[in-house]
Amino acid sequence: MNKQLLLGAEAIAQAALDAGISGVYAYPGTPSTEITQFIQQSPQARESGVRSKWSANEKTAYEAALGMSYAGKRALVCMKHVGLNVAADAFMNSAITGVHGGLVVVVADDPSMHSSQNEQDSRVYGKFAMIPVLEPSNQQETYDIVRYAFDLSEEVKLPVLLRIPTRLSHSRAVVSGGEAMPQNQLAPTQEKNRWILLPVNARKGYHRLLEKQAQLINFSEFSRFNQVISGTGDKAVIAFGIAYNYVMEVIRTYALDIPVLKLSQYPLPEKKISEFTEKYGEVLVAEEGYPVYEELLKGFFGNEKFRGRLDGTLPRTGELSPNILSKALGVQTNSEPAVPSIVAPRPPMLCQGCSHRDLFDAVVQAMSLYPQRHVFGDIGCYTLGALSPYNAISTCVDMGASITMAKGAADAGLFPAVAVIGDSTFTHSGITGLLDAVNDKSAVTVIISDNGTTAMTGGQDSSGSGKYFAICKGIGVEENHIREIVPLKKNFEENVRVMKEEFEYEGVSVIISQRECVQTAVKSRKK
Amino acid sequence: MNKNIIISGVGGQGILTMASIIDLAAMNLGLNVKQAEVHGMSQRGGAVESHLRISSGEIFSDLIPKGKADLILSIEPMESLRYLPFLSPDGVIVTATEPYVNIGNYPDEKELLETIANSANHVFVNAGLLAKEAGSAKSYNVVMLGAAAPYLEIATEELEKAIGMFFNRKGKEMVDLNIKAFRLGWANSLNEQK
Repeated sequence: MNKQLLLGAEAIAQAALDAGISGVYAYPGTPSTEITQFIQQSPQARESGVRSKWSANEKTAYEAALGMSYAGKRALVCMKHVGLNVAADAFMNSAITGVHGGLVVVVADDPSMHSSQNEQDSRVYGKFAMIPVLEPSNQQETYDIVRYAFDLSEEVKLPVLLRIPTRLSHSRAVVSGGEAMPQNQLAPTQEKNRWILLPVNARKGYHRLLEKQAQLINFSEFSRFNQVISGTGDKAVIAFGIAYNYVMEVIRTYALDIPVLKLSQYPLPEKKISEFTEKYGEVLVAEEGYPVYEELLKGFFGNEKFRGRLDGTLPRTGELSPNILSKALGVQTNSEPAVPSIVAPRPPMLCQGCSHRDLFDAVVQAMSLYPQRHVFGDIGCYTLGALSPYNAISTCVDMGASITMAKGAADAGLFPAVAVIGDSTFTHSGITGLLDAVNDKSAVTVIISDNGTTAMTGGQDSSGSGKYFAICKGIGVEENHIREIVPLKKNFEENVRVMKEEFEYEGVSVIISQRECVQTAVKSRKK
Repeated sequence: MNKNIIISGVGGQGILTMASIIDLAAMNLGLNVKQAEVHGMSQRGGAVESHLRISSGEIFSDLIPKGKADLILSIEPMESLRYLPFLSPDGVIVTATEPYVNIGNYPDEKELLETIANSANHVFVNAGLLAKEAGSAKSYNVVMLGAAAPYLEIATEELEKAIGMFFNRKGKEMVDLNIKAFRLGWANSLNEQK
């Protein structure tokens, strides 16, 4: 591969292809989507037959990747940080089974919540599962570290977690790659008991995992991704992952003499850290995300030598920036002009002509008759229905929660109990909740806003397209309470009437509101 | 050589096209590039920006520090001011003057342009008009790229070469149209500088 200008996400994809993966498994989620998209569009992937279709959710993706590893081949599985919550069952247990073919789990975190409901730090999951965690600082290192991750995974027979934040995933830089490797041959594991997590085997597996910890720490001690950048000052910095870039930006701009320990591979290299820190009276711990390792270094009784997010030297929340690090390193920067007051906020909004707009117009009208106006929302573009002028939804928590929260509220006596969920979110995590409602005969109306795509993340294929009526009927929703509407202005009166009828029904009803996403419509016309 | 550029606009206006062309030109010259983009929710009609850094040396941060941008290249006037804290004291704002109004409380246009004029060195571009003159309203962003060209420290031939590479797959007609758009934007800035 020659030099390419790649997003961090794309550097992961290219490195995984060059590392000889046989498949990538993923559900779209900002800021991780572009990894899988790159592989789907890569001629190299097509020529070598790398499997890359979207999965229904992160759990199915993770398990399929684990199956590919079981069969002896290398697999990549990608998700956003909250996606790992969905895949957590498979993830935690795969640390006990271990892997056969190399398995790299990429989790893209979103500190500052640019496009997410929280800013949870996936490194906590890595510690929890007791597997190697890699956190590159720049695009070239991302490429190199992914190549290393597959080798490491096969050597220690564990999944390897690669964590990147939004700013690395969505930033481009020139990356040069290495030789592409052939894929592994089909060679399913012969270690049968390792993969059957009956208690008797699982206990052994857990011991195996614990015994590997010393080896993992040793890998971190000698990792080429963990390095000291020398300096003679009496204060030092430990910089994790992308925080290293911000620290170095400040050090170089202001010609500071500060020693830095750059860390990108964990579990923490204990010896390396203690040798480094014992020389200094004060150590700034710069981490993007939670103060995961700062807490560990500081200890329960609070070693005051370590500064960072816990003592306010760095802000407790949100992503880091060069300016935040300047302040923490004691550099006075000139006071910058403020944003002039004439500048009005410009929040994201539903596109002109979007089918969700016509749907929300009808929902708001149909709900206006009731004293209790609560509509349970979900994750997707239609979450923007929470904003003015619609103010149409009351909740947005996690994928699929609209249906189950409406069910619980209905069980509590709320009437009407209405859920609005997108097509892709419905197949991701809505179907099982609907089954609960059917089995319990809860009085809920579930509106599936089907625009034929996973729109929020850029228009990826939706796994249930054309199947929603059959799915709802199949899990037991009565056929005459599965209604289909087309959200258009001219159908407004009719759509409101259908909603009123189904809101009044004292059982489970589903309204499938179907019209193509305007963005994908424009794209398909261009093709 | 060190250039920090904030490119701003509204989701869907095509700010990444401008960034990609500058990236290409910089790469062809063997310079280092870092370009942070906005994906996801903000792309739905919200404010978007890209941090573009070009250097002959190593670039560490993907984000431009506040007060260190040499140029704010904005495809929309109000959006040019949103990133003012990033502009260095001797930096320049190059902005299109045509507002993109998709919010109810969009400020008074005249007052807006006055605020820009009072805030920094600036170049105003009637990009819509120049794009039509070039032959397509869609060449709006390439007009803006041309308008920014005198401030990029990249030779115009290199930028035109990058435009050629970028639009090559769409045919010669598209390349010529965009070169024309680029030159109109460029000439506009040279006039403004006088």
